[in-house]
Amino acid sequence: MEIPTIVGAGLIVIGAGLGIGRIGGQAMEAIARQPEASGKIQTAMLIAAALIEGIGFAALFAA
Amino acid sequence: MQKPFIVKILFVVVVLLGFTTAYAQDVEENLQTHELTEQEDSDKKSEIQEYINHHLLDSYDFTFFSDEEAGKYYGFPLPVIIFDDGLKIFSSSKFNHGKTVAEVDGNYYKLYHNKIYKTDAAGSINYDDEGHATNEKPLDFSITKNVVTMILVSILMFFLFRALAKSYKKNNGIPKGVGRFLEPLVLFVRDEIAIPNIGEKKYKKYMSFLLTIFFFIWFLNLLGMTPLGVNVTGNIAVTFGLALITFLITTFTANKNYWAHIFWMPGVPKLMRIVLAPIELLGMFIKPFSLMIRLYANMTAGHVVLMSIIALMFIFKNWLGSSLSFGLAFGLAILELLVAALQAYIFTMLSALYFGMANEEAH
Repeated sequence: MEIPTIVGAGLIVIGAGLGIGRIGGQAMEAIARQPEASGKIQTAMLIAAALIEGIGFAALFAA
Repeated sequence: MQKPFIVKILFVVVVLLGFTTAYAQDVEENLQTHELTEQEDSDKKSEIQEYINHHLLDSYDFTFFSDEEAGKYYGFPLPVIIFDDGLKIFSSSKFNHGKTVAEVDGNYYKLYHNKIYKTDAAGSINYDDEGHATNEKPLDFSITKNVVTMILVSILMFFLFRALAKSYKKNNGIPKGVGRFLEPLVLFVRDEIAIPNIGEKKYKKYMSFLLTIFFFIWFLNLLGMTPLGVNVTGNIAVTFGLALITFLITTFTANKNYWAHIFWMPGVPKLMRIVLAPIELLGMFIKPFSLMIRLYANMTAGHVVLMSIIALMFIFKNWLGSSLSFGLAFGLAILELLVAALQAYIFTMLSALYFGMANEEAH
């Protein structure tokens, strides 16, 4: 029972990391394209990142 | 005179270094400090694990430093209030940190795994097959460490914001002293969180809640960084309470569009509406649930990682490994400062978002 749980936790971290990394990268790109909209982009980025993080933590608790 | 920026940065660095050292000292006092054999190595690991687990939990007394081996505790006991055939109030010093049985009006109580159980005079705990205690648990309303911290933060917030309000009155709308620090934050919550999410017309009615929750969570998170050893926002009961308030406000201030979006989604085919209704209904509860889990998990994870890295110093026990982990702990402490503010911001932001959803106009 021990090993599958740990593997599951690792998979969750990989998934959440990919998701948040993509959000961060895309937000950087968007800010580089349109620096004047950086405030709005940051807010949207944080909300999206928080939502993914929430799912990640929920899954970690289940694992 | 304006202090140079570098002085402020240095101040933060010195304070954090002090906190990291203080934590490390506290951990060290709880661990034996002689050379390790293999057997002792695993002992030390479980000891560290126990220490971290203990730190994460609430407790019935406020202990600053402790020396488990010598049995010395530096701190003060807190009142225990339980309801068991009538209200009973006594000092937690009667438990003697879980070592003795407390006798109150002919009833006996004992601490077991940080919970109060009713026992006989010898303090025996009965177990079921799975090793859980089967003793009766009295209703517990004790003023625990977390409760004391929350009360302290509430009082602190009351005086800080009263000072801000008073300085407005005295100086014709220009804040003085601590108000100069608080005013931009209050404006930030209003202009960046409340107005964009709730809208110009209705944001005022939610401002008091949003401001309270922002500063409350932020102050508690920052207190968790000090060597006081409090971990209030990393307690799921506390975050449950905070999320419950958000849920209640959302539910009871919602207009008919909000309910229409849940039970009879406009603009989609009839069959889809029936499928969507239970999902949306579930979403109503998942939103505050995720608020609760996010704050709790973030703060708990932060504390565990920080304390584990501090504990690494005592596992390495050589100048290279220990100084490396000290540096790492210091870096993490800075990161945790950011996380403390970020989590308060996210919680407030998402609450505002949910309030905005509850007040959406038809479109």
